[in-house]
Amino acid sequence: MASIVEPEAAATHDHHGDHPEFLAHHFETPQQQYDTGKLGMWLFLIQEILFFSGLFVAYAVYRANHPEIFVYAHQFLDKSLGAFNTVVLLLSSLTMAWAVRDSQLVNNRGLIRNLAITIACAFLFLGVKAVEYSHKWDIGLYWASKFAPTAEHHGGSMILFWLCLPFILISVALIAATVVSKQKNYEQGYRFYGILALASVAFFVGVGCGFVVPAVAGSDSHGPAHVEEHAGESDHHVVATHADPAHALADDVESPRNAGIFFSIYYVMTGLHAVHIIGGVIALAWLLWRALKRQFQAEYFGPVDSVGLYWHLVDLVWIYLFPLLYLIH
Amino acid sequence: MADTQQANHPHSAHDAHGHGEHAHASFAHPMAPRMLLGVFAALIALTIITVVAANFPLGRWEIVVSLTIATIKASLVVLFFMHLWYDKPFNALIFVASLAFVALFLGITLIDSREYQPEIEQRTIEHVTTEVAAPAQ
Repeated sequence: MASIVEPEAAATHDHHGDHPEFLAHHFETPQQQYDTGKLGMWLFLIQEILFFSGLFVAYAVYRANHPEIFVYAHQFLDKSLGAFNTVVLLLSSLTMAWAVRDSQLVNNRGLIRNLAITIACAFLFLGVKAVEYSHKWDIGLYWASKFAPTAEHHGGSMILFWLCLPFILISVALIAATVVSKQKNYEQGYRFYGILALASVAFFVGVGCGFVVPAVAGSDSHGPAHVEEHAGESDHHVVATHADPAHALADDVESPRNAGIFFSIYYVMTGLHAVHIIGGVIALAWLLWRALKRQFQAEYFGPVDSVGLYWHLVDLVWIYLFPLLYLIH
Repeated sequence: MADTQQANHPHSAHDAHGHGEHAHASFAHPMAPRMLLGVFAALIALTIITVVAANFPLGRWEIVVSLTIATIKASLVVLFFMHLWYDKPFNALIFVASLAFVALFLGITLIDSREYQPEIEQRTIEHVTTEVAAPAQ
């Protein structure tokens, strides 16, 4: 690689006269490489902002035209879980920013630790989200035309089980990979899979939090217990007028026309956000792998910085989603 | 900020290589832990404020209050966690330009959004009337 560099460039821009291994041959200095990467990352991020803005515009138009649907629908969203997940994401942003700091100071242990906490926070967030989605689907709060709120909490945990299944498989696979790596004395794999396995367990902690947090917060929204209460109250007068029990809750709180469209918007916005979280976990795992290989150096921390920018952007989207979806009156 | 960093570059890059673990490259801008924790504390405080504020009936100001708080939080994240305050002004320009386009997108769409609402409502009323008149399934 060093032979490709022109002597003049090497003399003026590189004090050792060689090209460091991490420096791509078309860059003259580590700083040039870093700045270029960062510019590229910002261009990607503004594309993400514009991409998400389409959904925010859909939200704004629908809310401007049908405010009553939003007032009706927000009571199905658990404010305490939304707030809990906001704190989880803010914490992950802190550890991510700290990971960037560690990579700049070549503190590899700190970098690994902070990346691990960030990944764990991502799994925690997804666990809470799984509980939220499953509660909604259990009481028929589907998107658009599928929207059919029901008082009956049918099936219950089955939907939650299916949402958890991919994560159960991931955790089991990671634990297996850790054990195999250990047996084969594959140190890098043992540490990598071990850290990821521990972080993935946070998903199930998140599922637990999904049940505990609303109970502790005494949340006013429609958790399963609350819905049953409502069904009990409404049974007396509803059954007389409507033969269909599926309309019990709808009747109880006067479901407005097209209320399902709120849930379409909700699922697309939070779902797409969750997809970004999953993408972020993959990028963070890649950083973790490279950090374990000690590939980041004093002048080479661009990848950590770039993934950090992406992670903060995902946090940024949630900062707006939380008040817009959960805190409506 | 960026200018001074660039001016210092040749020397401090040298130093970064020469010294041990805790030296950093001139173009690195490690945030002080105090700063990171301060920003985090502010973000948590603002989250608490926005949740508490949601309990008060603020009427049409509610959306203004919650979005203002969200924007303050977003600014803290962008300026400090994302380093934009210390970054090259060009990156900030790109970011602000994207916000301008979002504002344009949102503003122009909202201006137009009620354009066909009377027709839609008329159609909806007719539709519902037909549904009620005809026995459902």
